[in-house]
Amino acid sequence: MSMILGVPVAVLFGQLLLGLINGAFYALLSLGLAVIFGLLKIINFAHGALYMLGAMATVILFDTLGISYWAALFVAPILVGCVGVAIEYFLLRKIAGQDHIYSLLLTFGVALIIQGVLTNMYGVSGLRYSMPDVFKGGMNLGFMFLPYYRAWVIVIALLVCFGTWFMIEKTKLGAYLRAGTEDSQLMQGFGINVPLLVSLTYGFGVMLAAFAGALAAPIYSVTPVMGSHILIVVFAVVVIGGMGSIAGAIITGVLMGVVEGLTKTFYPPASSAVIFLVMVVVLFVRPSGLFGKEA
Amino acid sequence: MAGAAQAEISNDMVKIGYLADMSGTYRDLAGPNGLIALEMAVADFGGQVNGKNIEIVSADDRNSPDVASSTARRWVENDNVDMIAGLVASSVSIAVSDILEESGKLGIVSGSAASSITNEHCTPNHIHYVYDTYPLANGTASAIVKEGGKTWFILTADYAFGHALEADVTRVVEANGGEVIGTIRHPFPTPDFSSFILQAQGSGADVVALANAGADTTNAITTAGEFGLTQSGQTLAALLLFLTDVHALGAEAAQGIQLTTGWYWDMNADARAWSDRFMEETGVRPTMVHAGIYSSTIQYLNAVKATGSDEAQAVRKQMIATPINDMFATNGRIREDGRMVHDMYLAQVKTPAESTNEWDLYNIVRTIPAEEAFRPLSESQCPLVTSK
Repeated sequence: MSMILGVPVAVLFGQLLLGLINGAFYALLSLGLAVIFGLLKIINFAHGALYMLGAMATVILFDTLGISYWAALFVAPILVGCVGVAIEYFLLRKIAGQDHIYSLLLTFGVALIIQGVLTNMYGVSGLRYSMPDVFKGGMNLGFMFLPYYRAWVIVIALLVCFGTWFMIEKTKLGAYLRAGTEDSQLMQGFGINVPLLVSLTYGFGVMLAAFAGALAAPIYSVTPVMGSHILIVVFAVVVIGGMGSIAGAIITGVLMGVVEGLTKTFYPPASSAVIFLVMVVVLFVRPSGLFGKEA
Repeated sequence: MAGAAQAEISNDMVKIGYLADMSGTYRDLAGPNGLIALEMAVADFGGQVNGKNIEIVSADDRNSPDVASSTARRWVENDNVDMIAGLVASSVSIAVSDILEESGKLGIVSGSAASSITNEHCTPNHIHYVYDTYPLANGTASAIVKEGGKTWFILTADYAFGHALEADVTRVVEANGGEVIGTIRHPFPTPDFSSFILQAQGSGADVVALANAGADTTNAITTAGEFGLTQSGQTLAALLLFLTDVHALGAEAAQGIQLTTGWYWDMNADARAWSDRFMEETGVRPTMVHAGIYSSTIQYLNAVKATGSDEAQAVRKQMIATPINDMFATNGRIREDGRMVHDMYLAQVKTPAESTNEWDLYNIVRTIPAEEAFRPLSESQCPLVTSK
């Protein structure tokens, strides 16, 4: 078997593919953050907690109401999106126009409260959620066994990412959004309800996080603390991509998944640090991020 | 009512501080329910010992040795706490034991895993009660090697506890004629194990062993199931698994896994009776740590009662002199290094068909006698032992 740096090529292919799949998760999450920061200039530290809420909602909806995985993929993001709209309407709106640090602290506090309440209710060991029957098993790709579910994750996550990018950058609704945040007074004058637009944008970013959570429910341990670990990584991804760059967040998300996957193959102990290392290097070379506009 | 002995109970009360992770990764295995177990023990004593009130204080150590140290120092120096119970993260227990030694108070460690707590980190001021990494490796690894699992691949949590467990497992595997053909040290915590599971699959080892804990272990087991690790003929060995972890996974995902435990709620009539009481209070079945907290508190209070003193050395001496046979331990005794040795159990997770309810999860496969389970004193590096 041919080898690269002591690792069989077949193994390397497998790791690359897994990296892409994890990258799809990062892309979904960092996209939500980038939408919220790019359009609203809010540093959303509640993003991890809202991702967790999406996963918890998927499990709880099934346990209590028997709502299936497929339905939960829609219902969980909508429910959590409503929570997001409420956070924006009742809290974030009060500090609009203040320094970024206020939104950061506020959303961080909200995250701690959500996490603490759910920990008291459900503990931290994790909730049980079975893989939907249709995804049980997998296919042998020759170089690895690929569970069907992982294949589904990468397809649906990238579709949602592309759809979001398209909506914001290429449609009239997206143009309103971008214009509304650029010059809200002018847009108000044109008869556009800007505060509503802001609430919906925040809600949409939150829905993306909750959707990632629902996707994660069958394969990761669903616990009230699952979001706190991933949040910092996703922030690093957004910084590398360029704060607020929609396409940058998606591409960097996938890319960092691959970088992390390769690190897990060649030097596992560094795999949780490698993304931050990349961040440091990028900030030195291009302070506005790979895809950010130069200030 | 008055007696000479009672005068030796300081401040006219026995004060117990419960220090544990109340909100983080290790919350469910000890946490708030461990405090309830402690309160049950005190209530069973009637809230008093030799006519003096027993008081309980508690705090969250947040799995931080720094937070734990400052709380412990305040308790023993200002708040007249006589004994610290709970103690979960190994790093926390080691930090707190230093403070206990300085201040001359007593600690009973119920949650921690590292066997170093009564080895190189032993002090005359603490007791390690429930289990440690030595029997975990001894029980599970030796059983699996003897069943024919000769080549091992270990996934290790990259911090002190994981390293200790990896070393203990490697020793046991090699001593039984097996071989460790690969290890991966993964970051703590790791949310996604797919990459490591794939590498373990690729290694072709007979056994893939998990030297990690909590969510890392449950995540790794879930991912191993997803990638068909056991279907391809490899055995999955989880070296530290608490009842709460297995409950979270469910019998479907965890069936067949072998594990070593210090106690199981359904293992005999006494354990069942106590765990029924615990469940009435908490709504869940107790882990071995919960049971250990109850048992060790009763042992402690018995020793205070017998000696009429809450002075650490007097109490510890009395505890060492008293064999332990109760709802928790069979053939239990506390050694001079502070290690409580007792029978341990090799268990196997039931299949969904065997499991009659959500907590009916283990079959006890083998009893590991106390003397065989723990590190023998002849191998100890504890100065309390070697200076003799």
